[in-house]
Amino acid sequence: MSLLGRLTLAAFQHNLITMGGVATMIGGVIAVVVIITYFHRWTWLWTEWLTTTDHKKIGVMYLVVAFVMLLRGIGDAVMLRAQQVLVGSGQGFLSADQFQQVFSAHGTIMIFFVAMGLMFGLLNLIVPLQIGSRDVAFPFLNSMSFWLYVAGVILINLSLIVGDFAATGWLAYPPLSELAYSPGVGVDYWIWSLQIAGIGSLVSGINFLVTILKERCEGMTLMNMPIFIWSVLGSMALVITAFPILTVTLTLLALDRTLGMHFFTAGGGGSAMMYINLIWAWGHPEVYILILPAFGIFSEIVATFSKKRLFGYASMVWAIIAITFLSFTVWLHHFFTMGGGADVNAFFGIMTAVIAVPTGVKVFNWLFTMYRGRISLTTPMYWFLGFVVTFTIGGMTGVLMAVPPIDFQVHNSLFLVAHFHNMIIGGVVFGYFCGFTYWFPKFTGFKLNERLGRYAFWCWLVGFLLAFVPLYILGIMGATRRLDSYDPSMGWQSLFIVAGVGVLVILAGVGFQVLQIAVSIYLRKQNLDTTGDPWDGRTLEWSTSSPPPFYNFAVLPNVDERDPFWEAKQAGTAHEKPVYEDIHMPKNTAIGIYIAAAFFCISFGMVWHMFWLSVLALLAVILLVILRMSDDDTGMIIPAAEVERIESARIHKTQS
Amino acid sequence: MSEHTLLRQEHSDSTAVFGFWVYLMTDCVLFAALFAVYAVLRTGTFGGPGGSEIFNLPNILVETFLLLTSSYTCGLAMLAAHKGRRNEVVAWFGATFVLGFSFLALELSEFHQLLLDGNGPDRSAFLSSYFTLVGTHGLHITIGLLWMLVLMSQVLKRGLKPMTLNRLALLSLFWHFLDLIWIFIFTIVYLMGAK
Amino acid sequence: MSIPKHHLPAEGNLASYTAGFLLSVILSGAAYLAVEQGLVAGTQLIVMLVAFAILQLMVQLVFFLHLDTVSSRWKLLVFLFMAMVVAILVGGSIWIMNNLNYNMSPAATNSFIIHDEGVTK
Repeated sequence: MSLLGRLTLAAFQHNLITMGGVATMIGGVIAVVVIITYFHRWTWLWTEWLTTTDHKKIGVMYLVVAFVMLLRGIGDAVMLRAQQVLVGSGQGFLSADQFQQVFSAHGTIMIFFVAMGLMFGLLNLIVPLQIGSRDVAFPFLNSMSFWLYVAGVILINLSLIVGDFAATGWLAYPPLSELAYSPGVGVDYWIWSLQIAGIGSLVSGINFLVTILKERCEGMTLMNMPIFIWSVLGSMALVITAFPILTVTLTLLALDRTLGMHFFTAGGGGSAMMYINLIWAWGHPEVYILILPAFGIFSEIVATFSKKRLFGYASMVWAIIAITFLSFTVWLHHFFTMGGGADVNAFFGIMTAVIAVPTGVKVFNWLFTMYRGRISLTTPMYWFLGFVVTFTIGGMTGVLMAVPPIDFQVHNSLFLVAHFHNMIIGGVVFGYFCGFTYWFPKFTGFKLNERLGRYAFWCWLVGFLLAFVPLYILGIMGATRRLDSYDPSMGWQSLFIVAGVGVLVILAGVGFQVLQIAVSIYLRKQNLDTTGDPWDGRTLEWSTSSPPPFYNFAVLPNVDERDPFWEAKQAGTAHEKPVYEDIHMPKNTAIGIYIAAAFFCISFGMVWHMFWLSVLALLAVILLVILRMSDDDTGMIIPAAEVERIESARIHKTQS
Repeated sequence: MSEHTLLRQEHSDSTAVFGFWVYLMTDCVLFAALFAVYAVLRTGTFGGPGGSEIFNLPNILVETFLLLTSSYTCGLAMLAAHKGRRNEVVAWFGATFVLGFSFLALELSEFHQLLLDGNGPDRSAFLSSYFTLVGTHGLHITIGLLWMLVLMSQVLKRGLKPMTLNRLALLSLFWHFLDLIWIFIFTIVYLMGAK
Repeated sequence: MSIPKHHLPAEGNLASYTAGFLLSVILSGAAYLAVEQGLVAGTQLIVMLVAFAILQLMVQLVFFLHLDTVSSRWKLLVFLFMAMVVAILVGGSIWIMNNLNYNMSPAATNSFIIHDEGVTK
């Protein structure tokens, strides 16, 4: 057995388009390395950011990586649309196999590395602050989770350079994903990058669940928590129960491919349908994992920008709990057509229709919050209003497809593709962009440029409608998904052209977002947030400086009602000088990075059959864990006098 | 230790225990998925042997009692730990280790025999599910045994400080949980599959 | 060196661990004998085995894992949520896959149709 397994020089040979992608990626990495070296920032980067256990910095790093992956995902989307437009006009530019790899990469990257990255980024930034805590429950695991996510990112991007990616769609159904039909490395890259990132997500799920249940400040009972925290609680409950299913399913597919087992093979007594059953038992809760925090963000900003308490707090809580439970009762609606009988289809169809109800409750509560409020139409509010319009349409198409006979007509058509993009873009993406814009000043100390933000929003909204309404129409007319070309005699070309224009408008939106960040940084001195409370906010994160000190609160808050910061401002008690105490914080550590690097090596070895590498790397993981477990000195104390010094400097700066 | 530090240590200890409990819950879902796969694929014998052909029930009973007893000695070890009796802790965990290791040895010899007979996990869907479900449990046992060795050496070197004590508490939760999972493997795989 | 009691998690005592151990031995042994001796069979056996397993689960949860409604409310809640998900996942998967097999496996379909739906050949 060769030392390099099945890795050969042929793995580096690609066609022109792929080489273009590779060049862009490598060029980007080199540019970053050069910039850091030029400014002599390697030590600073290592000690201040890479080895940090500070949840705020980990959050920022998640967001940076997620945005970079968003660029790759959109690049894939542009290629897909371009192919369908160009092929209708004569000549496409992607081969069928390339097209399949591109849509597989597009979906995988967007869900696992953009959406999950944005989510955990925002959760990291905000959750401890909103509950009045100094950090998450397990800061070291937080660092490790982030680096496992990065390891997954690196692995999936590596597939572009060395070897190729899965051509099986983002969920890699067998038998296509089994060895017989996908003998190359593509599916293995898919399996392992998701496996590592999935473990990171699972550990983060445990971390945030425990943080919310155990680290709330004094007086913050469950019913005094911000609704954002409730939504995260629901989401994390789903993470901890759904992600183990993904771990198992990926493992079983890997066992089939690597050790010749027969879980999902066509022969040997296996059942490919069991894979689909399991992957969706994870997959459906996953989309609720993504959307719940977005709903939570809307609850925060609608109240803030209506200058009014959120309407129907208790019903919001019940809606979140209901959605959490119901998430686990609908998964079969992803495979109504797979051959189940009327009884299973009817049950899951009804449950799918039912789960729309609590979501509707939430939408009405937001609208009632706005009613007779003093509305400020800031960029976050635009994102919210765009969400209400688009998500409602998407929700309705969802309820439509919940009816099995209708689903039989539109399953795996472009109608389905339009529906889920509607939910993910209109719901998840708009929600996370909203949260990013809203909380940006808290972490940077200055606000984002409003006008460019609005331009970005309008491009996304109009672009989304242009890109996906044609797909709804095409789907009803019978267009199947995932095809790289459609018969021109169908007369659908004009709709594909409109969709192509739409994706370019979305791209312009992303351009405006990049411009917005650049311009905002350039003009930051004119948009400084000196008070820590640029929006006249209601919850505890706005009671800290922008950015907050590394320990978040000099003295942990003591609350007795909802919207505690708002109430304190009304009562005039928001800025009293406290009595300082010693603060205990976790130390920085590199062990998280090393463990993730070892997991990366395990995965690389498994993909390329360099099993000696996997074994050695596994030993490294074990040793690193033992090392960490033998360390009794992982925290440090900041004396009260030091805290007072930092706080006085901050207050002095604010007042000057 | 100051009162403040003591309270903080207590809070972080109980948070760690709760966090580990949540992790154990995720492990339960993991095993549940493996059980679901086993339940669905157990009839996929593809011409090869089914449970009644390959399960050796007396052996399994021995394994069951070994693991159960090890769970008991683990409990006794924790009782000693709470009383601060360092050497008793090491002795009882040593017994737990020996019992657990014996369990693993029996299980591995069972697997070995199956492989020799050509009934490995690549033979059929039933065997794939069987090996993976029971093997995953065995993998957890192996990790537990390794963890036990590390902690026993920590206890010998550093005594029963609060941090070490808390780590022991987590290990004992893990070990008890593994016996819980075994109850279901014993019942659903072996007892129900043997006849 | 003895450790102050109020810093320790719920811990049990010798009596409870021993009781838990003996109950578990009895339940495991009884289940084994039922199968080995062929005392009970068919559906009755399955029900009995499942009941014994669940009983032993509860014994060990209480006596070994110290799960009770007083000191560990959140642990209990998380456990119950997990149990619900497990029941749905395992029960749901068996129901779904059975349903699929009924409709999708050609060899079985004939016998199902004859047996379940009273179609005579």
